[in-house]
Amino acid sequence: MSKKKNSIIPHGNYWIIYVLPALLFYVVFMAWPLLDSLRLSLFTGNNIATRKFIGFGNFVRLFTEETSRARYWGAFVHTWYFFFIHMLVQNCLGILFAVILTNATMKGRQFYQTVIFIPTTFAVLVTGYLWKLLLNPVWCGDVLSKMHLSFLVRPWLGESTTALTSVALISCWQWMGIPTMMFVAALRNIPEDCIEAADIEGANAWQLFAHVKLPMILPVVGMIAILTFVNNFNAFDVVFATENVNGAPSYSTDLIGTLFYRVGIAGQHPIGIPDTGMGAAIATITFIVLLLGVLPVLKATQREQ
Amino acid sequence: MVISLRRKNKHIGSHVVMCIWCLVVLFPIWVLLINSFKTRLTIYTNPFWVPEKWNFGNYSTVFKDGNFLLYFKNSLVVVVLSLALVLIVSSFASFALANWKGKASRRLYLFFIAGMMLPIKIASIKLLEIMRALGLLNTIWSLVPIYVAMGLPIGIFILTEFIREVPRDLTEAAIIDGSSYVRVFTTITIPLTRPALSTVAIYNLIPFWNDLWFPLIFINDEKQKTLLLGVTRLFGQYQTDWSKVLAVLTLSAIPVLALYLCMSKQFIQGVTAGAVKG
Repeated sequence: MSKKKNSIIPHGNYWIIYVLPALLFYVVFMAWPLLDSLRLSLFTGNNIATRKFIGFGNFVRLFTEETSRARYWGAFVHTWYFFFIHMLVQNCLGILFAVILTNATMKGRQFYQTVIFIPTTFAVLVTGYLWKLLLNPVWCGDVLSKMHLSFLVRPWLGESTTALTSVALISCWQWMGIPTMMFVAALRNIPEDCIEAADIEGANAWQLFAHVKLPMILPVVGMIAILTFVNNFNAFDVVFATENVNGAPSYSTDLIGTLFYRVGIAGQHPIGIPDTGMGAAIATITFIVLLLGVLPVLKATQREQ
Repeated sequence: MVISLRRKNKHIGSHVVMCIWCLVVLFPIWVLLINSFKTRLTIYTNPFWVPEKWNFGNYSTVFKDGNFLLYFKNSLVVVVLSLALVLIVSSFASFALANWKGKASRRLYLFFIAGMMLPIKIASIKLLEIMRALGLLNTIWSLVPIYVAMGLPIGIFILTEFIREVPRDLTEAAIIDGSSYVRVFTTITIPLTRPALSTVAIYNLIPFWNDLWFPLIFINDEKQKTLLLGVTRLFGQYQTDWSKVLAVLTLSAIPVLALYLCMSKQFIQGVTAGAVKG
């Protein structure tokens, strides 16, 4: 009897066995590599045996050597621009679509929802290649000119003035479904009587949105801002597919993700040997930027918890 | 009065906005589909409309040369194995974290959850070294443990929240009747959490199937390439013939798309699961 009683609430050590496999995968393939990548930024040399500690040498080189400094700041600024386009286009349209889709009396919502989400199921690579054709002036240039739409015929991905914006908009096209559906879920959670009360008071659609709905979904807005931020600082596939790992044309679409790939993993032209220390330094800065960006937003928007 | 007026509103503005966006979404997909049935040159003369003569040759070429089916099989093996491991490992851990009360349990939970915010790509340099040391580089097996680690945080998050809502009386009654916790886990908890398990599976399906980064940095061997990595190779090979490229793209998009169209509700619910409670 007493034995049974004990087994009702087993203590710490018993549960460890259940958690152990998860802990093993998580620590060996995520937590430890992440932390050790930070440590590697203080070393130089690609070979484990000949690796040398050089303190902040990689960081100093990254920000003092002329080309690497220019590349890093270029990619850094592009990544922020990429992020702002997503906030502006993807997330603002996402809120608009979500407000429309939560309108209980509107018909065809299920169909619209299904369509909006389709591109999200595609691989970024597939989307990228597809848009590479769509934005190719050679492909439909003649037909568009005949339709008097020749202003659309431009090498959107080939000119450095339009390339980054085009790539960012392609990415927005792809991911639109996620913020939209997250906002839909959040808007559905708003208690019915809040909206009814505002309705009876005679609030118009904009007032209803700005003063009732938006404040109530603020935690989700923060969550999506964070998700967008983290994902964009790691964007790679879309540039890889539509341009190349060099962020063509002339580095105008180079993001932190592509720079990291070239420096730390593939090796840069003309040497072609990766510089793991420098790559780790770029990863470390990204890590710090993400922490600095995520924590305040979390704090500001998740207060209720 | 105001309300009854609003009820009559047909939402014309809303429909216009939605229809425009649907066009923006569906037009590229239309172009992708119809042009994959044209020939190398007709996609330029007739870019937007159905082909005059349907050409199925692109698809048969893709299947004949190139290792398309092999790539497909590799991806399938990696994704199914990774999903199975994520589900098993995270449901064990969640069962423990939901039942085990204490500071250590809470801390472990937060430690796992933190992984949802951390992009694993940052760790790529070290992961490359680990895979080289394990001798897994250049094989599809190098992808599995990374995907498992990637999928665990959301798995533990969703499942722990779900298992916490299983009535304690149910578990306790079974224990008093003499069941062990292992039995409770397999006979009560797992069947009850089936909806949450499918949410976790769907949430992870898209990033696993559509991942390009890790195959790109780990795998060079033709025989070990995943579908997407294979698509990059075929893209290079067919570069001058867009109709073939589009056939490759269509074939690689169909599996997830078909699954999505069959169960779009579960998909949308699965992918947004992270935000609702977060």
